[in-house]
Amino acid sequence: MKKQQRLVMRTVILLVLLAAVGYTIYANFFTEKQAVAVGTTAPDFVLTDLKGREHRLSDYRGKGVFLNFWGTWCKPCEREMPYMNELYPLYQKQGVEILAVNVGEPKLSVEKFAERFGLTFPIVIDRQDQVLNAYNVGPLPTTFLIDKNGEVKKIITGTMTKADIQRHLESIKP
Amino acid sequence: MKQVKCECGHVNPHGTAFCESCGKPLEERAGKTLLDMRYEGSARRSQTYKRTFIDQIWAFFSSVKVGVALIVITLIASAIGTIFPQQMYIPPNVDPAKYYKQQYGWAGKLYYELGFNNLYGSWWYILLIALIGVSLVICSLDRVVPLYRALKRQGVKRHPHFLERQRLFGVSHVSDLDKTMAVLKERLAARRYHVREEDGHLLAEKGRFSRWGPYVNHIGLIIFLIGVMLRSVPGMYIDRVMWIPEGETKEIPGTNGRYFLKSEKFIFETYEKGKDNEVFNAAIDRVGNGMIAKNYQTNVVLYKRVGPVIPGAKPKLEKVKEYPIRVNEPLEFDHYALYQVDFRLNEPKAMSFQLADKQSGKTFGTVTVDLYDPKELYNLGHGYRVELLSYFPDFEFDEDGDPSTKSRVPNNPAFVFKMYAPDRPKGEVSFVAIQQTIEPFGNNKYKMAFVGLETRNVSGLTVRRDFTLWILGVGGAIFMIGLIQGMYWNHRRIWVQRVNGELWIAAHTNKNWFGLKNELRRLLDGTGVNMPADQLEEGKQAGQGGQAHGHGTA
Repeated sequence: MKKQQRLVMRTVILLVLLAAVGYTIYANFFTEKQAVAVGTTAPDFVLTDLKGREHRLSDYRGKGVFLNFWGTWCKPCEREMPYMNELYPLYQKQGVEILAVNVGEPKLSVEKFAERFGLTFPIVIDRQDQVLNAYNVGPLPTTFLIDKNGEVKKIITGTMTKADIQRHLESIKP
Repeated sequence: MKQVKCECGHVNPHGTAFCESCGKPLEERAGKTLLDMRYEGSARRSQTYKRTFIDQIWAFFSSVKVGVALIVITLIASAIGTIFPQQMYIPPNVDPAKYYKQQYGWAGKLYYELGFNNLYGSWWYILLIALIGVSLVICSLDRVVPLYRALKRQGVKRHPHFLERQRLFGVSHVSDLDKTMAVLKERLAARRYHVREEDGHLLAEKGRFSRWGPYVNHIGLIIFLIGVMLRSVPGMYIDRVMWIPEGETKEIPGTNGRYFLKSEKFIFETYEKGKDNEVFNAAIDRVGNGMIAKNYQTNVVLYKRVGPVIPGAKPKLEKVKEYPIRVNEPLEFDHYALYQVDFRLNEPKAMSFQLADKQSGKTFGTVTVDLYDPKELYNLGHGYRVELLSYFPDFEFDEDGDPSTKSRVPNNPAFVFKMYAPDRPKGEVSFVAIQQTIEPFGNNKYKMAFVGLETRNVSGLTVRRDFTLWILGVGGAIFMIGLIQGMYWNHRRIWVQRVNGELWIAAHTNKNWFGLKNELRRLLDGTGVNMPADQLEEGKQAGQGGQAHGHGTA
């Protein structure tokens, strides 16, 4: 009888300890450090593009959004830009928007860059790093694939080939 | 369950070394060796029941050897982590894989490959700390319960074998046993002993609570570890860095867009001769005038965002307060604290140029370019105007030899200007960088002459919110209380018994035998009772081995 009690007691204490250790390890290594995780709703934001038009993410509900964070000095960003530009008209017709968020550079630099590559998709500038903070973007380029319900489907860091981009655009068609 | 019944009638759990009540040794060993008084001879449960899987795990963690091994491994690992700098202390813009190899050769490469560059945050390091915590809990539980039981149940009257096998033991013949006992009882009580009497035998005890010291200490340590664990719970602990230039308003990271900060001014002051108190003169002479930092300060305005938080939208801000942040004087609000930790002086903010005729030196107006948000067109009047074609904040030539920028920070600004004048209606192009001008399309009539640089200071602040601090404080305080309790008090016991018309005295303490002996000497002075002999010392002097008992401190 007493032995039984002791076994229960030991089991309970060990389970509590295991839970504490397990949680610590889990919280430190298996939860996404990013504020925005795959499967969650992408945080809403409002930013102004080069033509002065406001873009609010939640206005794109019902469409897929290819959200690309970039900088003019970033060579990998520069490499994927022409591919995005090429595929944009085709997929815009099919309900997928490309939105490029520049990480707070001078408007002049961004305009000259857009002119140089003849970019047609909307480019917004995050002057105060607010959106950068909300999405906790580290290295550039980082791309968030957002589906028609506003849910983050995939987070891609690093440069993409044309085939990659096409595949990703395809995956968020409404 | 096997239990052992002592001849005094007390039933002891299996594995007990000597009877809980009368102290008669239950496991008779050859010779008259001293009793091992650790844990009062109680049966540590982990050592007696190892039947199920749970019991085996329990037994593993309850072993002090395992605990010590865990601590030693953690110590060695922690030491290795200090050989080369941790990754957070190497320059942020370098590839750690290359950095360690370049700086420290093959050892650095190995260090990086084995993951020591991020040691204190690695899963196995955290697991080691957690296992130490588990070991602490189980070790303590496994010892404190039987110890408490044994001390609570100890009888006054002890078996003669128990007495004669104590380290301090003596036999005396006194003329009047009753009178001597009465005197001793009185003297013991006067020395703040708690005296119990049974059938004319005495047990005097004091400082028993010191035995709980180590366990109180462990409880403090466990609370401390719980506090550390809670740091990984989202929202409990925030530690972020924020760089803010003078004149700018920025979102405070870690506040989810709810707070904004404006920096009015960064102030850096040094000790100067003549201005400061004369007592500093000697030090100023030694180090140099204006070389000793006196104050780092950022004057800020704190704003709270009103209305819903939508990142990117121009926030509606409500002023909360103005505050000068100085070292150790953080701005505190809503459980957050902003600390002054770093600064950069004289960061380029704007550059001014004059449009000038190269030959005559005549100027036609000044152009000021904001390095963070330059305008494209600058009209100087009278048909003179300048167009900024390209801007490179952190200029370099890229792999293809084209001008480009390394980052968005204006560390090394460069510009491509197109200058229009009445006599140059099509414009002339000039590439202007620091200390360098290139005219890509031949000789120009005009140039952009550098006239000035506007700079500003940037403050580095730490954003901190810590809901675990009070837990760490409570844990630390309990830790100290336990330490003091165990270190500054001793648990002393003195047994005085009548055995066959003789007076037997035995004494035990968990530490400080010297003190106990002094106390006994004073106690017995003039009573005609012999001072008990230290059997351990005698044994050593007689050159007899085998008595090296660990008179532990638990």
